[in-house]
Amino acid sequence: MAETITIEVARYRPEQEGEPALQSYEVPLNKDWVVLDALNHIKDHVDGSLSFRWSCRMGVCGSCGMTVNGEPKLTCATFLSHYAPGPIRVEPLKNFPVVRDLVIEMTDFMEKLQSVKPWIVRQDDPAPAKGEFLQTPEQLDEFKQFSMCINCMICYAACPVYGLDPQFVGPAAIALAQRYNQDSRDQGEQERMDVLSQHEGIWGCTFVGECTEVCPKDVDPAGAIQQYKLAATKEWFKSFLMPWSKQ
Amino acid sequence: MKPSTAYRQYHPKWYRTRVSTLWWSRKWSYLKFMLRELSSVFVACYVVILLLQLHALRGGPDAYQGFQDWLKDPWLVILNGVSFLFVLFHAVTWFNLTPKAMAVRLRGKRLPNVLVAAPNYVAWLAVSALVVFLLTRQG
Amino acid sequence: MAKRSNEPLLWALFSGGGVVAAFLLPVLIFLYGLAFPLGWLQPPDYERTLELVQHPLARPILFLLCFLSLFHWAHRFRFTLYDGLQIKHLNLVINLFCYGGAVTGTVAAAYLLWTLP
Repeated sequence: MAETITIEVARYRPEQEGEPALQSYEVPLNKDWVVLDALNHIKDHVDGSLSFRWSCRMGVCGSCGMTVNGEPKLTCATFLSHYAPGPIRVEPLKNFPVVRDLVIEMTDFMEKLQSVKPWIVRQDDPAPAKGEFLQTPEQLDEFKQFSMCINCMICYAACPVYGLDPQFVGPAAIALAQRYNQDSRDQGEQERMDVLSQHEGIWGCTFVGECTEVCPKDVDPAGAIQQYKLAATKEWFKSFLMPWSKQ
Repeated sequence: MKPSTAYRQYHPKWYRTRVSTLWWSRKWSYLKFMLRELSSVFVACYVVILLLQLHALRGGPDAYQGFQDWLKDPWLVILNGVSFLFVLFHAVTWFNLTPKAMAVRLRGKRLPNVLVAAPNYVAWLAVSALVVFLLTRQG
Repeated sequence: MAKRSNEPLLWALFSGGGVVAAFLLPVLIFLYGLAFPLGWLQPPDYERTLELVQHPLARPILFLLCFLSLFHWAHRFRFTLYDGLQIKHLNLVINLFCYGGAVTGTVAAAYLLWTLP
């Protein structure tokens, strides 16, 4: 283990310092190590006071999103060797308040997620005894891509519109709204439209497209938002031309 | 959104940064986005020139000749050169982003983006060729 | 339904203008801005231009070109000012400038096309 690489980690301990400062650590440059491995190495062997979130280490839980050399990344899928000879700068996700070191405050995202009702909404509410809702592979294919979202908030960190206007509902929440709208079992499209058709919903988006570029799960939130705009526009013209068709 | 989100409340221990005014100059992809958005200024600029052309056309042969001479002004040629590059950029980005906004499906499968964008380019070439033909055919 | 937003209408005009501008403006600017003034191609003279404009399809196409392109500009430029300069608080002035400009240009286009010989 001769080779090492320098990692500059943003430290913020509110009881000690007024604003974040970088602290450098030397870590082994193992070719199968990701940034998260290096952070765990620091935490276990060098400096136990370092705070960061992580869980599954395999790109499923969505906890370990951080800013690596300026780009929002899942640190469990970002290899050290990619940045050799270094140094690598690790900072918390942008556009969120920092609680401590690499830990950000995510309540805002959680509330936004909830506001779009990312679950199957039924108007008829049939009894479970009636059995499961059937769905064909084609119907599954309609929304499958959007269902891959792991709520890692990397798209929020990449979205300048969210950075400028924290009221904006944001990429992942809209993609997940679309995931349920496209689901043949769901009947909640109108309820979600009420939230998303407002200015802070889909209309704040200017299609920068960065959310799609950075998404580790290829969800394509930018596409979801534009598709939603198209749907909302059709709906608007329909209710304008045929006001009686409203429920 | 509800205005009451915890995020909006004052919390002295959280560190927050403000997005800088020149955020779009810090990263190539953001800058490209800004240039794409600014192409709209050149779109409007061309419409103004077109309105002046219609005005000249209404004024008779002499006025129209004056308009055509005015277009030869070096500054206007430079402006139009820049405009051309911007609207070209607008067209390419627009055609490339269309497949994202329209998820075209064929027999339950989503068509690949290239297949959705390609007809745009074919139609674009056809329209451009038609315009060149109409405007350069003498008499 | 929540408060009625007119964003869908503005977005539809923006999109329509985006399509029109993408298809027509590159070739038009190339011809009138570069190829004709620089003598690469022979421009149509006054009589020929008038003849082209008098085709029944010409005026509707030119009107749509002006109308949609201007609203395309208005919408995009509004957001560019909001986000690029962070002056969303000047909302009212920006809207007045962008959409007011687009309406003025559209009216001018309609008047000019209507009064052409």
